[in-house]
Amino acid sequence: MTLDFSFYQHYWWFLISLLGAVLVFLLFVQGGQTLLVTIGKDEPRKSMLVNSLGRKWELTFTTLVVFGGAFFASFPLFYSTSFGGAYWLWMAILFSFIIQAVSYEFRSKPNNILGRKTYDAFLLINGVVGSVLLGVAVSTFFTGAEFSIDKGNLLSVGEPVISTWDNPLHGLEAIASLPNLLLGFAVLFLSRVLGALYFINNIDDATVYTRSRQSVLYNSIIFVVLFLAYVAFLLTAAGYETEGGSVMERPYKYLYNLLEQPIIATGFILGVAGVLYGIIRTLVSRKYRYGIWWTGIGTVFTVLCLLLLAGYNNTPYYPSLTSPESSLTISNSSSSLFTLQVMSVVSLLIPFVAAYIIYTWRQMNAKRITADEIEHTTDKY
Amino acid sequence: MNDLLSLVDWSRAQFALTAMYHWLFVPLTLGLAVIVGIMETIYYRTGKAEWKHITKFWMKLFGINFAVGVATGIILEFQFGTNWSNYSWFVGDIFGAPLAIEGIMAFFMEATFLAVMFFGWDKVSKGFHLASTWLTCLGATISALWILVANAWMQYPVGMTFNPDTVRNEMTDFAAVALSPVALNKFFHSVTAGWVLGAVFVVGVSAWFLLKKRHVSYALKSIRIASWVGLAGILLVAYTGDGSAYEVAQKQPMKLAAMEGIYHGNKGQEFIAVGILNPQKEYDDNQDPFCFKIGVPGILSFLATRDANGFVPGINDILQGGYPTTNFAGDSIIAPSAQEKMQQGRAAIAALGDYRNARERNDSMAADSALQTLRDNYEYFGYGYIEDEAQLIPSVPMVFYSFHIMITLGGYFILFFIAILILERKQLLEKLRWVLWICLWSIPLGYICLQSGWIVAEVGRQPWTIQDILPTYASISAIEVSAVQTTFWLFAIIFTVLLVAEVSILVKQIKKGFNPQPVKNK
Repeated sequence: MTLDFSFYQHYWWFLISLLGAVLVFLLFVQGGQTLLVTIGKDEPRKSMLVNSLGRKWELTFTTLVVFGGAFFASFPLFYSTSFGGAYWLWMAILFSFIIQAVSYEFRSKPNNILGRKTYDAFLLINGVVGSVLLGVAVSTFFTGAEFSIDKGNLLSVGEPVISTWDNPLHGLEAIASLPNLLLGFAVLFLSRVLGALYFINNIDDATVYTRSRQSVLYNSIIFVVLFLAYVAFLLTAAGYETEGGSVMERPYKYLYNLLEQPIIATGFILGVAGVLYGIIRTLVSRKYRYGIWWTGIGTVFTVLCLLLLAGYNNTPYYPSLTSPESSLTISNSSSSLFTLQVMSVVSLLIPFVAAYIIYTWRQMNAKRITADEIEHTTDKY
Repeated sequence: MNDLLSLVDWSRAQFALTAMYHWLFVPLTLGLAVIVGIMETIYYRTGKAEWKHITKFWMKLFGINFAVGVATGIILEFQFGTNWSNYSWFVGDIFGAPLAIEGIMAFFMEATFLAVMFFGWDKVSKGFHLASTWLTCLGATISALWILVANAWMQYPVGMTFNPDTVRNEMTDFAAVALSPVALNKFFHSVTAGWVLGAVFVVGVSAWFLLKKRHVSYALKSIRIASWVGLAGILLVAYTGDGSAYEVAQKQPMKLAAMEGIYHGNKGQEFIAVGILNPQKEYDDNQDPFCFKIGVPGILSFLATRDANGFVPGINDILQGGYPTTNFAGDSIIAPSAQEKMQQGRAAIAALGDYRNARERNDSMAADSALQTLRDNYEYFGYGYIEDEAQLIPSVPMVFYSFHIMITLGGYFILFFIAILILERKQLLEKLRWVLWICLWSIPLGYICLQSGWIVAEVGRQPWTIQDILPTYASISAIEVSAVQTTFWLFAIIFTVLLVAEVSILVKQIKKGFNPQPVKNK
């Protein structure tokens, strides 16, 4: 293995995929937000759920922001093409996170103008819209988008923009695609499963426990159906392949990607197995509280491998449907070698960051949340 | 072209709106973090419950403010992609890195330890809790460092070279980007301005308690700590402000000319202490730029050149050129005129086109020659997009008045903190109710001062997103004006609602006072 440009491009696609994968796991916060009504029902219980999620929401939010920043730094052409083109899709995602950011802090504070119900509605909107649309956006890595890129445009003083979007809906068209919706809702129901598993892990309350298990059951059934349908679509779909600068369509591209990269295939299967094991063990053994870890880490593996399938093996990770040669690959959209090297040095900090996150998580979650604790503290949402 | 201008204006308006809202919440976060950190350190060392009550009170206000800072912050990062996509490609190779580093180094630190700071009182040891409070503060400060490194780079683009094959600028020297003098000045200037705002906030709110004769001891203790932080902050602000002015004079002379309303520069240039601009003044007429002014001779020359007799160019000097100056590489040259720069910019853009054509034909001789022309003229690449030299002048009234409001209030805050420290020490503060009212009314002045500073920095550099390399018109995304108008209004409404809610919650929490008891869920 030589540390050439291609190595750094692959390394950064791996890191972006890993961040994306961790983000999907941390969407348990969003999933949990959609369960406040079904599992919470009365205010004291809802308060426990909100405070359970409220100590983690920033982590999810931060991961999203870092995912964006890292994508910008490592593959700026994606940043400029997709964000500037699929304007409404990304704006909708951003709005759903803006309203989330204040909701925990404001919901139960007196004089909050909008009232608790509004902030709880914000949490619900963020849970549903955020999860579904992030899934839709990720799905476009496989299903593609309508854009073209001409760097020569920079020479035209009157119209210098290099990336143009070829669909007037500016991103909303992605929501109208059935495969994208399949993945969007698969992510939503997965996040609900994860949310319920997190409540089981973090809250000591018999009613919450029972309702969360029920939630795991029916949400995971829907999730598995949607997920299998998406995988079936993906493995039968045609994709682009780049060879020496030209872009060609190849039938069963993603199936071949799986077969030609056995490590990724293994990781994918192990990931799916982990997701299912966490769910099944929680459903069969009463009192088991650690399903979140099996399903969560399984989610990280599964999503990581899915994203690697999108970008490795001479595959454009952002195919253009209107101008195939404009499709973005990890080599034509990346930052310069020097920038990737600098960023790679910075990335050596990531294990330390992970270490202190895990350490504080263990400190803060050592004791489960109880109704008693929430009732007797001023430090709550 | 009209559509393009309108799109640029709306995109700028949206960025200004979101950035100014963000800059309402961030400085308070930066300042309160330090003050709360000091308070908790005292609690840690003395073990006295009163210090825990004081710490937790200000921490609660910190949390309310922090939430809106987060809500307004996410949009700033993604907006570079959504609304400034050409910019994101053209300089993303350099600009993206600080943003990613900010995330990896700062945001996770903030997010992780913030949760411990708010909810960890009974879950972790006292020492770990204190460490978490300081790490939250450190995270916020590091975050400011990297975003200001990114901003400073736009004002003074160093450490990069243009790659004609990828058609973008690429980083060649990370240290030059991260440690540029503009970046360091900007960082210390902005962060210490945050300390000042945090201090004014704490002094003002505490003064309200003194006026109401509630929590007198807690309020006085808070005032003492905040005043020291505020005094240290404002002195550092003044020092780095001087450094910033010097950097602006060297690197963005047009901004300096606008800050002081100078159309024709002089040796021994006066510094305008107070002035009213002539609203009829155009840059190419002979009217007096001022209706009224009080100036101190030589001071501006000294600030800008470190020589009381140095030459400071005015707007027309910069447009016409012909005075001795230094170029980007630091060599002494005679300043070119705006027209010459525009010609050079057009030559650079044309050479880029020639280079691309030559490469397509595999004509390496022609490519090399075009590349040489491009390199020779690249310093003024952005001028190739400028159609009329008048576009090179930022809004003089906006920059001039913002600058003077900022420095006047800055001077006021130096006196303010000294006075409060003396009065507090002499135990006179409680008795002088009019001083307490001044303290309370100084809170909005702090916000006005900081917003003015932001306007000077950002409006003053117009029309450039990247100084001399890329103007705003060439930085945008190709979307409909109506789309940007829609999101502008959505942001305006949502951020205003959030601001109103925040202020309302803050006021209520302040009225509840220190150390309230838990309220049971209904």
